[in-house]
Amino acid sequence: MAGSIERQRHILDFTLAALLRRKAKNGALLTVYTLIIFILSSVLFFGHALRQQAQGMLRETPEIIVQRTLSGRYHTIPLSYADAIKEIRGVSSVEPRLWGYHYDGNSMANYTIVVPVEDAPPEGSIDIGSGISKVRLANERDVMGFNGFDGTPHGFTIRKVISSESQLVSADLILMSERDYRAFSGIPANHAIDLVLKVRNPKEYTTIAEKITRLLPDTRPIIRNEIQRTYNAVFSWRSGVVLVIFSAAALAFAIFAWDKASGLSAEERREIGILKAVGWETSDVLFMKFWEGVAVSLTAYLAGVSLAYLHVFFTSSCLFTPLLKGWSTLYPEFKLMPSISFGQLTATFLLTVVPYVITTILPSWRAATIDPDAVMR
Amino acid sequence: MSLLLLLAGLVAHSFSQRSASLETVTRIAGMVGRLQLTDLCLFTEASYTRHLAMTDLSTPFQDSPFSFEHFPTGALVAPPPHLGRSNGRLN
Amino acid sequence: MIRSRDVSKIFNAGRPNEFRALDGVSVDIDLKDVTILKGPSGSGKTTLLGILGCMARPTSGRIFLGDTEITSLPERFLTGIRLKTFGFIFQQFNLIKGITALENVMIPAFPTGEKHAPLKRRALETLDMFNMLHKAEAKIEWLSGGEAQRVAIARALINRPKIIIADEPTAHLDTRLSHEFMEIMRTLKAEGKAIILASHDPIVYDSDLGDRIIEMRDGLLVEGSSTV
Repeated sequence: MAGSIERQRHILDFTLAALLRRKAKNGALLTVYTLIIFILSSVLFFGHALRQQAQGMLRETPEIIVQRTLSGRYHTIPLSYADAIKEIRGVSSVEPRLWGYHYDGNSMANYTIVVPVEDAPPEGSIDIGSGISKVRLANERDVMGFNGFDGTPHGFTIRKVISSESQLVSADLILMSERDYRAFSGIPANHAIDLVLKVRNPKEYTTIAEKITRLLPDTRPIIRNEIQRTYNAVFSWRSGVVLVIFSAAALAFAIFAWDKASGLSAEERREIGILKAVGWETSDVLFMKFWEGVAVSLTAYLAGVSLAYLHVFFTSSCLFTPLLKGWSTLYPEFKLMPSISFGQLTATFLLTVVPYVITTILPSWRAATIDPDAVMR
Repeated sequence: MSLLLLLAGLVAHSFSQRSASLETVTRIAGMVGRLQLTDLCLFTEASYTRHLAMTDLSTPFQDSPFSFEHFPTGALVAPPPHLGRSNGRLN
Repeated sequence: MIRSRDVSKIFNAGRPNEFRALDGVSVDIDLKDVTILKGPSGSGKTTLLGILGCMARPTSGRIFLGDTEITSLPERFLTGIRLKTFGFIFQQFNLIKGITALENVMIPAFPTGEKHAPLKRRALETLDMFNMLHKAEAKIEWLSGGEAQRVAIARALINRPKIIIADEPTAHLDTRLSHEFMEIMRTLKAEGKAIILASHDPIVYDSDLGDRIIEMRDGLLVEGSSTV
């Protein structure tokens, strides 16, 4: 047929006009579909960005951490173990690490106390994370009180509030000097929480870890890439909640598709008949249906994905916040760095636009192939 | 159509933010190194949701591995892969 | 010249409700004439019209358009011929609801890929021919019977066909409108178009417009149908 671009344009115009004719029905369809894609894309964007950011931020995490277990549970580690480990070839240094949790009954929040190896606050002072500052409305030079392990109250002056730029790692941190922490926590003098190792050759991590386990059977070494890999699973499709969301979306889509596939209305069939009678070929009719499918699903896809992007990166995933909070009273703002995966965008496209277009064309196949003279009867 | 432009614009936005983001992430990575941190502060509900990489085998599975999750955000993260190695013994 | 040779059309062949609409019809239609197919409903007029107009294929027999045999042409060639050669006016008008008269008139031309602006102009001119220009942007549902008929005729003309085919055109019209219709046909004939009408309405087949009347009954030509 001549002028096939023009021909497609005509068919497209006609299709759009037809869609606008049944505004309410098509509007509802579009809205629901956009919503499904929005939720799906939000989850995908969030997960991807979070995982990406985690990878970046945990680049310098300790090379090997050695924990000690007692009756299956994590326990403090004697400093003498460090001497044994230092002897292992390839280990360049072993340092004790002191950190722990503190539950604040007043604000029902959990804090993490860490003793930094450099630039620790002077005795009597602490640095607090931005999340704590928000929850306790505490700022520099304020005094915060905690009850120690033996019930003794301890007061600390806040030296500094850690910038909220790093809240994804520091929101709930309290940095304290070693002496203060030992007095506060009751950790025995010759023990630490775990040991941090520096290794000369990164390729040796696994070998050294094996040696440590053989040497000290009640320890558990954790190596850097294991720590990093932990965050690959955050918000991935295997996590329970995400699976539920995806299943719900798939179900909704299936309902849609079924509704479309169960056939055309009499009105639609009549229209196709008329088009064929006035000279439209079967392929013209099918193209019309194709454009109809594309118009709806492409619009839904573009709108849904764009909204998802705005949702995750401009509003810090505000709709997911209740989900991410759980029962915690202290939580970071999920201000993630914008990052997208083209693989995800493409996969979403293929999973949403393509099936929809197919379910729009297929039921019309039979109607499109009728003999035009059937209309004359 | 305008939606296509919008999406293209957002994609461009994400690319433009890259260098600024990288700087921030590098700064934070430095802090992680200095303080010897191992986990992101995402879910502060419980010890095993706060320190995913450090948790031991029994804490998340307090009653049994098949019991329901105690804390809501526990459902968001799968247990770390190294947890499967019971108490550090490597295969 | 359109010729049919021994054309038969059977519906639902082999099934209990098998129905023979045409039985070995051979007819020559001169394209200089106005041909009228006359006969009661069920006589096969509509079926014959459909076959002559390249809208349907005969179950057996052959059809010739000029010197070309079109019986077994593939669908897209058949549709192409139909689009350019024939203009159909249906008994029920068969206009698409919810869009304007102008859009309805333009639709048959969409597959030809003609550019929008000249198409629209021609459509408006055609509507003007029937004094329907002022109703060009009106939705079909709002038009009266006579107005709808005129839109249907305009639509049939949009691709500048040589042959107009009308199936029971006056079935839904009152006497005045029926005469109006015949006047329009007269104008079209004067423009050199060939016209084939099927009707059992005396206003149509008794009018002086018809050059040739073919009588049909039960799917067969009645012997001795006359030329006027």
